[in-house]
Amino acid sequence: MAGLLTEASAPGTTARERTRRSRLLRLVLARAAGSVAVLWGAVTVAFLLIQLMPGSTVDVLLARSSVTPRVRAEITAQYHLDDPLFIQYLSYLGRIARGDFGDSYVLRQPVWDAVGAQLPDTLALIAATLLVTAAGSVVLAVLGANRRRWVQSLFAGVESLVVALPPFWLGLLLLTVFSFTLHWFPTVGASGLGGLVLPTLALAAAPTAVVAQVLREGLLRALDEPFVTTARARGIGELALRVRHVLRHALLPATTLMGWIAGSLIGGSVIIEIVFSRQGVGRLVLSAVQDKDMPVVIAVVLLAATVFVVVNIVVDVLQWLIDPRTRGTGRPA
Amino acid sequence: MTRPRIGLWLGLAVLAVLAAMAAFPGLFTGVDPDAANVNALLRPPGGGHWLGTDQNGRDLYARIVYGARPSLLIGAGAVALALVGGTLVGVAAAQLGRVADQIISRLLDVVLSVPGLLLVFLVVAVLGPGSSTATIGLAVVSLPGFARVARAEVISLRGRAYVEAAYGFGWSRPQVVLRHVLPNALGPVLALATVSLGAMIVASSSLSFVGLGPRPPTAEWGAMLAGSREFLALAWWPAAFPGAAITLAVLAITTVGRHLQRTVDGSTV
Repeated sequence: MAGLLTEASAPGTTARERTRRSRLLRLVLARAAGSVAVLWGAVTVAFLLIQLMPGSTVDVLLARSSVTPRVRAEITAQYHLDDPLFIQYLSYLGRIARGDFGDSYVLRQPVWDAVGAQLPDTLALIAATLLVTAAGSVVLAVLGANRRRWVQSLFAGVESLVVALPPFWLGLLLLTVFSFTLHWFPTVGASGLGGLVLPTLALAAAPTAVVAQVLREGLLRALDEPFVTTARARGIGELALRVRHVLRHALLPATTLMGWIAGSLIGGSVIIEIVFSRQGVGRLVLSAVQDKDMPVVIAVVLLAATVFVVVNIVVDVLQWLIDPRTRGTGRPA
Repeated sequence: MTRPRIGLWLGLAVLAVLAAMAAFPGLFTGVDPDAANVNALLRPPGGGHWLGTDQNGRDLYARIVYGARPSLLIGAGAVALALVGGTLVGVAAAQLGRVADQIISRLLDVVLSVPGLLLVFLVVAVLGPGSSTATIGLAVVSLPGFARVARAEVISLRGRAYVEAAYGFGWSRPQVVLRHVLPNALGPVLALATVSLGAMIVASSSLSFVGLGPRPPTAEWGAMLAGSREFLALAWWPAAFPGAAITLAVLAITTVGRHLQRTVDGSTV
């Protein structure tokens, strides 16, 4: 409430706007610096993991085919596997910083090309899922924010059930019903819009239920606030009240949650892509894991970590925009 | 007040049955879960087979009963490892001074920066697929959560009168931590363990589903679902029942876990 007042009483005074902007900039810079440190740590851990891996890199490269020691030595030299560990680490850091993840051991092509080819399909699935999650949870929460006891337990019950469903099982059920029985959607690996519907539903169900739950509880809390009575006294409709006034208060914990969900979807999409035999990073990384194709695995993991970290910065900025109360300090309250 | 109670008792009952299945599967069925029968492929539920048979003619009910152990053990093992490891790390961060705290907290940030399932993939890629590596991978993923909760609890207990009093009696730091701090910090950690057990069981079944868990022909719920995938057009039951078993287990665990968490939250305030 106090925040809304300060906003209203700030008619675009340039000085104030400038401090606002510089505060936001400082927040973003502080978060970015922290994130670079975390990613540096992740790269270091990745490098150490490769060193600790049972079986040498040369063995993986040769894929168990027997060769003369001379060929072996050539490969060792070619991949700089005989350099001191620290030199290897530095050159590894340098290459990663330039976005060069090396060549896939198995596919014999630059990792970046392999990942890049699969990325659009996965991003489409994740984007569609986030969209459905955001829209679906808001609708469900606005509908379910009702004081009546049976409405409460109905929504709570359905939410717990949906959260407990393993997404890949939901995918199988959707396939059985809508593809194999009703023939509404393609069964395997179609990359059109029709092929996106069922995977999106399977992936979005659990996060939608979780976000809806948090939103609904937030709405119910906000409905007790005095400003609701004020708005009602002004004769506002029930739906407009919820969408325009109450939702903003409930949105804060939900945004944090959405950030976390966006990150976890990168992992979740892998499984769903397998269920629906979709093209995507999931299939790529899964076969890389089975073949111990470390450059590919590490590239995907680091890519996901980067996305995760960027999403978290975006969430912080969003919170800053949604809730004026978090603007005083660098940290959200 | 009655409603949540009914849920709690139902949840506990389901957990008891599942635990019994995992411990003594022979009590629930006399059928061999791995016995293939080419004359009874993909038989629908009913008749001699309660829940039907799978693509190899194996009895689905028997496989679900025998599948309880591998399906629940990976998740439970991962949570147990993460609980012990995370608590140790958290207590260390809270007790070993600011430098150690900073180092540990930043390392946990690094682990948390990678989306869970991908981190498990990384561990499995390094160690090779299988039940034990899946357990270790899932434990690595959930360890930071336990460490953070344990650290926060220990720090919040630092100034309490009985802790100060124990030091006053001349007790050494390990003694105080072991006898007074740890037992009081354990409530929230255990509540987190129950709640994350459900998520871990889903995650471990996902791993088996994509072939990174126990190898076939092990009767594991996720692996059973993977086998059912190619026969979806012919039969729904091999895909339906193992998944229902996972859902029921997770639902029961979450219900009990939520109740536990509420109790712990209520008692610490």
